[in-house]
Amino acid sequence: MTAPMLSVENLRVSFPTHRGRVEVVKGISFELGRERLGIVGESGSGKSMTGRAILKLIRKPGLVTADRLEFDGIDLRAQSEKQMRAIRGARISMVMQDPKFSLNPVMTVGEQIAEALVTHEKLARREVEERIEAMLHSVRIDDPKRVAGLYPHEVSGGMGQRVMIAMMLIPEPELLIADEPTSALDVSVQAQVLDIIDDLVTSKGMGLILISHDLNLVSRYCDRILVMNAGTVVEECAAGQLDQASHPYTRGLLAAMPTINESRDELPVLDRNQWAGT
Amino acid sequence: MSTRDWLLEDSPHSRWQANVGRAYRVFTALLRNPLSVLGGIIILALVLTAIFAPWLAPYSAIGQDLANRLAPPSSTHLMGTDELGRDIFSRVIWGSQITLTIVGLVALISAPLGLLVGAVAGYFGGWTDRLLMGFTDIFLSMPKLILALAFVAALGPGINNAIIAIAITSWPAYARIARAETLTIRNSEFIAAVQLQGASPLRVIVGHVLPLCTSSMIIRVTLDMAGVILTAAGLGFLGLGAQPPLPEWGAMISRGRTFILDQWWVATMPGFAIIIVSLGFCFLGDGLRDVLDPKNEGK
Amino acid sequence: MPTTETPDSAFVTRRRWRRRLGAIAGFVVTVFLTFLGLLAITFFIGRVIPIDPVLAVVGDRASNEVYAAARTAMGLDQPLVVQFFHYVVNVFSGDLGQSVSTGRSVVEDLSRFFPATLEMATIGILIGVLLGVPLGVIAASRQGSLIDQIIRVVGLLGYSMPAFWLGLVGLALFYAKLRWVGGPGRLDIFYDGLVAPATGLLLVDSLLAGEIDIFWNAITHLVLPASVLGFFSLAYIARMTRSFMLDQLSQEFVTTARVKGVPERVVIWRHAFNPIRVPLITVIGLSYAGLLEGSVMIETVFSWPGIGNYLTTALLNADMNAVLGSTLVIGAVFIFINKISDVLYRVLDPRAR
Repeated sequence: MTAPMLSVENLRVSFPTHRGRVEVVKGISFELGRERLGIVGESGSGKSMTGRAILKLIRKPGLVTADRLEFDGIDLRAQSEKQMRAIRGARISMVMQDPKFSLNPVMTVGEQIAEALVTHEKLARREVEERIEAMLHSVRIDDPKRVAGLYPHEVSGGMGQRVMIAMMLIPEPELLIADEPTSALDVSVQAQVLDIIDDLVTSKGMGLILISHDLNLVSRYCDRILVMNAGTVVEECAAGQLDQASHPYTRGLLAAMPTINESRDELPVLDRNQWAGT
Repeated sequence: MSTRDWLLEDSPHSRWQANVGRAYRVFTALLRNPLSVLGGIIILALVLTAIFAPWLAPYSAIGQDLANRLAPPSSTHLMGTDELGRDIFSRVIWGSQITLTIVGLVALISAPLGLLVGAVAGYFGGWTDRLLMGFTDIFLSMPKLILALAFVAALGPGINNAIIAIAITSWPAYARIARAETLTIRNSEFIAAVQLQGASPLRVIVGHVLPLCTSSMIIRVTLDMAGVILTAAGLGFLGLGAQPPLPEWGAMISRGRTFILDQWWVATMPGFAIIIVSLGFCFLGDGLRDVLDPKNEGK
Repeated sequence: MPTTETPDSAFVTRRRWRRRLGAIAGFVVTVFLTFLGLLAITFFIGRVIPIDPVLAVVGDRASNEVYAAARTAMGLDQPLVVQFFHYVVNVFSGDLGQSVSTGRSVVEDLSRFFPATLEMATIGILIGVLLGVPLGVIAASRQGSLIDQIIRVVGLLGYSMPAFWLGLVGLALFYAKLRWVGGPGRLDIFYDGLVAPATGLLLVDSLLAGEIDIFWNAITHLVLPASVLGFFSLAYIARMTRSFMLDQLSQEFVTTARVKGVPERVVIWRHAFNPIRVPLITVIGLSYAGLLEGSVMIETVFSWPGIGNYLTTALLNADMNAVLGSTLVIGAVFIFINKISDVLYRVLDPRAR
């Protein structure tokens, strides 16, 4: 394998509370090439914070430290806010959880997508419109002209998330972080949205970090999986080898999933004492 | 078992213990916020000053000393003297009684009135609600100060009428809050349980709805007290509130107006008292809101 | 699927218009009802509270015949509802009675005094908006910084400082001591009456007449009272702006904008500030209405010949027609601004459409 696109070493994120600093990410390390990496964990495991820390979006008073945080040979730790802005959106982008909250309610869909594009590229107005139209088409919106003129509250959740994807991919970044992109959506459109992400990422040869609490989903769409618990990575394996996972937390999670021909009367509850010492 | 443990016990044995325990928790939470402590100290100082005014004030509030007219602040007269030679510091101290009376009476009249209107409207709903709230909204969209002025004009100047006028114009805000709270409480299970036991609407409202509205009422009343003090002082300033020789702070500023260009202290000193006390209520109100209503923290 | 997800646009437009019309109709009805409520209150204050309004007119020593005649003449022998009806008819036909102290009709007096108040309050709100909004935005975007602390203190002072006191202190400092501004009144005495009132707004009238000296003199007189009013609206507007902005800055779509690499300035103004423009209109409207009210105190301090001064003079002379007339006019303007900002909210916000 060539040099990795993203390498993270001993990443820590902490927040001050009245009981002192609390670490939510406790020294995680991983590398990423042009592949699809899944980060799985329950809420509070630090997976979202990991995604935001890569983009240096943790705001004061939150604190991010790492021994190494490199993207395409650039030391992200040393980048100024201005330099980071040139990377955000243009080279690393992020799809967030719920389009109801992550889209600006008083700007039309088209304006928001256009903003993502023109922030990084000087383009003629007509060209911008053409790019937006093409992008909306590629996220399978059939009538992009109409949709571009709508406000976020006028589109459904599934459509909103496709708009979000269009917005984040239009500057053609090399790495996409998808932070629980489907957990706010109806089950019926979840697969559709993930298929769109998958298609675009694969066809453009991008890297993808898919953050989710859904082990099944991640194993279906990713090449490699990190399992996080309480701020640390407890398991790292290829998606196909998940059934060989060794850490009790991962085993517990797997055991708690129902299968199509379920024979157990009750699903087991995670027994947290098993790995409490780790 | 220590008193503290008894106060913080998770499963109190009596309603009294639960209430005291809750009060203790609120109190300790307030202590953690320096500004609300400051506010509490200011208001405590106001109360103590009012009670002990006869001992604290070095001079009489109304005794004149024409030889010492308009003396600037000095060690004998900390805030100087006014046009009749009265010691302004002593008058400010005595004035705390008037301020406290106004604030207390306005709260005692308007808060229960608003609480009752709001709770009845929210509990019964339908036309009762529409009628009462329509009335409340009309009052709410009026300029309070102007309305109070007009009331005092009709009732005649004086401190009692000023209190009545301010109370009349300040209940609608409380009615709004009480209604909103009642609407959320009305449909809860425990109200249904009380109703199933055959409790009358009066009993439900007084015994079960009103107590739950009190914490938001206390916040709002405390925050509003600054406004009440300012309105009362304004009425006094216009000569419609407390009448001379009463040492009401607003009226004192009004007297000092004539001398503002040369003897600035006559008008400014009582103003500082008003600002400090109003700030005290603001601080305490903000602190109470953070403790009792964490949703709005930091706003 | 995408086509079925949103209603067709013709339907959307029709619904928008129906909502908008509904909002405007609701606006007219509530303004009318509230105004009627205001009339009921002034009627109540004027005719019901005084123990005996007839006695107030004829005096204690009037004979029974005089008393009865006066009572009939005042229409007080009729039922209250009828009296109220007459009152409403009179007000709507522009009759607010005679002022005892000026000897003119109250309507004439009010139209003479209102422009001065309007001029002062308008300059005041301009100060409040032009300073308050940016300060509130800056405070929110640098939460916890020195400027944030200062604005919090200013906000609290705005709630706890008597306006008339600040006016007096301002006079003592900037007029008596430093001589930076003109004293009480709208003009120096020797300029008084030189400009024929066209709009009643001195700044406009003096410019129309080409009297630059008078214009500058009017400004030196206006700047202090307007700044005092401006301080209070600044305090309120900055506090509200800050609170709205903090709310917006914690929203997910602000993070989205940062993810896109948008500069912080754009994040703050386009993404966080734009959504609060509409609620801010309501705040500014409320503040403007509040300034009309606050001008009552300020005008007394600055001997400003406006409606507030007229009201307080009438109060002290027990000139009830003038009191109720000015209460009615200030109240009506207050209600109107209040409701207008409310309806603007519903018409302008895309989310409410």
